[in-house]
Amino acid sequence: MKKPDLSVQIGSLKFRNPVLLASGTVGYGNEMSEFIDLNSIGGIVTKSLSLKPRKGNQPQRIVETPSGMLNAIGLQNIGVEEFIKEKIPFLKKFDVPLICNIAASTYEEYVECTGILTKEDTIKAFEINVSCPNVREGGLQFGNDVKAVGKITAGVKSVTDKPVIIKLSPNVSYISEFAKVVKDEGGDAVSAINTLVGTSFNIFTKKPKLFNVNGGLSGPAIKPIALAKVLEIKRSVDIPVIGIGGIMDWKDVIEFMIAGSTAIQLGTVNFIDPAAAGKIIKGIEDYCIKYGVEKISELTGSYIV
Amino acid sequence: MFLTNAPVEEIIKLDNDIFLLKIFSPGIASIIKPGEFLNIRVSQIPFPLLRRPFSVCDVEGDYIFLMFNILGEGTKALAGKHKGDSIDILGPLGRGFNTDGNYDIAVIVAGGLGVAPFPYLKRIINNKKNIHSFIGGRTFSDVITYGMKNIKVSTDDGSLGFKGNVVELLAQNVDIFNSKKVKIFACGPNAMLSTLKEFCLQHNLECEASTECVMACGFGICQGCPIESSNNQDKYLLVCKDGPVFNIRDIII
Repeated sequence: MKKPDLSVQIGSLKFRNPVLLASGTVGYGNEMSEFIDLNSIGGIVTKSLSLKPRKGNQPQRIVETPSGMLNAIGLQNIGVEEFIKEKIPFLKKFDVPLICNIAASTYEEYVECTGILTKEDTIKAFEINVSCPNVREGGLQFGNDVKAVGKITAGVKSVTDKPVIIKLSPNVSYISEFAKVVKDEGGDAVSAINTLVGTSFNIFTKKPKLFNVNGGLSGPAIKPIALAKVLEIKRSVDIPVIGIGGIMDWKDVIEFMIAGSTAIQLGTVNFIDPAAAGKIIKGIEDYCIKYGVEKISELTGSYIV
Repeated sequence: MFLTNAPVEEIIKLDNDIFLLKIFSPGIASIIKPGEFLNIRVSQIPFPLLRRPFSVCDVEGDYIFLMFNILGEGTKALAGKHKGDSIDILGPLGRGFNTDGNYDIAVIVAGGLGVAPFPYLKRIINNKKNIHSFIGGRTFSDVITYGMKNIKVSTDDGSLGFKGNVVELLAQNVDIFNSKKVKIFACGPNAMLSTLKEFCLQHNLECEASTECVMACGFGICQGCPIESSNNQDKYLLVCKDGPVFNIRDIII
């Protein structure tokens, strides 16, 4: 059988395969380039950027949990200006779609960041983080509010022609209501899911392990929840979904596509096996060959119930 | 940097429930420096999920030694490995100790399992400098002297050696520092490093300290292991990438 077509499309943007690297698990690309050929992956989503640099939360920022981890980094980042000056020149060298993730404290900041970054040719799309559980202002306060998500989607779309993806919070009753407003306001896709709010205590000191008290749960522990959220969106809204949540291997990718994902993102697995993306792409290609899938996009939403 | 599988040669049980893991890894053994670390995936199943960071304890030819005690599921799994088992290692990572330089006496200050990086440091310094080792613990069973020489010991409860903390013991022996150029190499709990920093500032001593922090990736992408910088309050340093060894003046502990 000839090589399967692994390419997928979101809005005007074509990816050579559906495997993207999730925001906050790939830095700005340079560290990961030691382990994988960045030109072989579907796309890279940068660490969340805000208009000004953010110092992030005090330690402890990471807690391991059964088959998962909590993080409360607090959106530490170098800010838009330094990103353009210091990181874009490196990323420019690669032939891989760069998606810029933006996290802001106000509606105006989302729009301003996008307006500045859209001028950079290297950036091919935006992923708007309206769902970070680890900062006081912004983050979840938007992600829990359907109207705010709609307003941010419309505002960001008004300053860029590039595809806009809204990264949704799972910490809501009906995620599909949020996906619907994103579609209504002209958003091109949604990413689902961001991390789940969680915490953990030291039983001897009775103090929370994370300085921030709450953190975001990720890893294989959240995969079934993420799959259910992807399915919920797929069943009720006609918008491309980028599936995220605990993907560890190629089988998980196929599962997310069957549940309704057009593409997927690898997150926590990058910390454990920074070479995972290469193995996963090979795995999905082998699956397609073995089971006669000519175009991987045929798998999207192919569930039978 | 290597991401590779290395065969286990031996698990050696020392006193006090301390273990040495001996692995065969010529590539890493030939380049790793004292104070640098490896991030080890102890299991291919998702629990425990994250890698575990260990500083290199010693290197003999193509073999690397790591020192650990059983703290949780990860180290328990590691202690259960056998000769011939393969373990998934990432490294060498981080910035280690700078053993070169203009000093005549190397003073090692270690608390508890903080002794881990020093057998290798001692091997690298070899006989080029005099080495004095100050090793502390809360009680006698915390004191690990594996691979060390010229040792003075302290315990908080006085059950072994000097009664008090290891920095107090150092202060008692301050005459070592007179007239000769000394460099301190330290590793231990934050409380120890914090006291040691004051001591070093007071006596104007050069000191490099290896720090510890919970981390996920070990190579700078998760941003999980910040440490406060003395030089720039607006930005954290990362233990995994900017450290784990720092000039003790450059960090706020």
